[in-house]
Amino acid sequence: MDSILFLIFAAIALGCALNLVLQNHPISSALSLIGVMGALAALYLLLGGEFIAAAQLIVYAGAIMVLFVFVIMLLNAGTETPAHRSLWPKYLGVPLLLVLLGFVGYLIEKVLPASAGVQFGLFRGGSPLDVGKALFTSYLLPFEVTSVLILVAILGAIVLAKREVD
Amino acid sequence: MPPLPFPPSTPLSWYLGLSAILFALGVAGFLFRRNIITVFMSIELMLNAVNLTFVTFSYKLKQVDGHIYSFFVMVVAAAEAAVGLAIILTVFKNRRTLEIDEVSSLKN
Repeated sequence: MDSILFLIFAAIALGCALNLVLQNHPISSALSLIGVMGALAALYLLLGGEFIAAAQLIVYAGAIMVLFVFVIMLLNAGTETPAHRSLWPKYLGVPLLLVLLGFVGYLIEKVLPASAGVQFGLFRGGSPLDVGKALFTSYLLPFEVTSVLILVAILGAIVLAKREVD
Repeated sequence: MPPLPFPPSTPLSWYLGLSAILFALGVAGFLFRRNIITVFMSIELMLNAVNLTFVTFSYKLKQVDGHIYSFFVMVVAAAEAAVGLAIILTVFKNRRTLEIDEVSSLKN
């Protein structure tokens, strides 16, 4: 049952990611990315990460992607013109990516010992209670630092958006 | 009931392989696409793939730390999206284009 669910959601994620790369229109890419994020949230649930699945849906698929779609609509981004750059990335890029994938797959098979697979419900440490406990005890300082990071990001966004065209 | 053709528990390497493929697709989009917004979305796809790896290893080690790390990655991605989209807006206001090849004033 777990494997079937994994295969379904992995197929959704892969199809949407391929669609993201292959589509010409930015709005299609954005909708595909939302599909990838939703499928990944389901996979997080299968891995026992309840809090992170909810955060994925709310923060990523909700807030960030709404921002993306908003900017695409605001700028009225049209279809891409076909690229007319040099030829060697076109013919060398995909084989090199496949080589990278093969290398990573070899590493995964080599390094990872044959251990028990993923079964839904075996790991229960991803609930909001456990995440909150870890976040506010051992990870308190990084958590506080992220608030400074977000403040700086907000200030930077405001400064960039208010700058007049010269 | 006949036995299912699938293993009862999903191998961990399937998750890691899916994550690697998603990351490679993100790299491909980052390298081959020309629209700034699509390039930006490819970066988000790579961040998502890394998050899947964090959560998978969190399951493997039976610890919650991977979830915390992917939570921090989400926070950084949100900040990055805010600043990056503001930069894209400014670039579009100044140049009236979204093609990355035409935004080359830092070249030479």
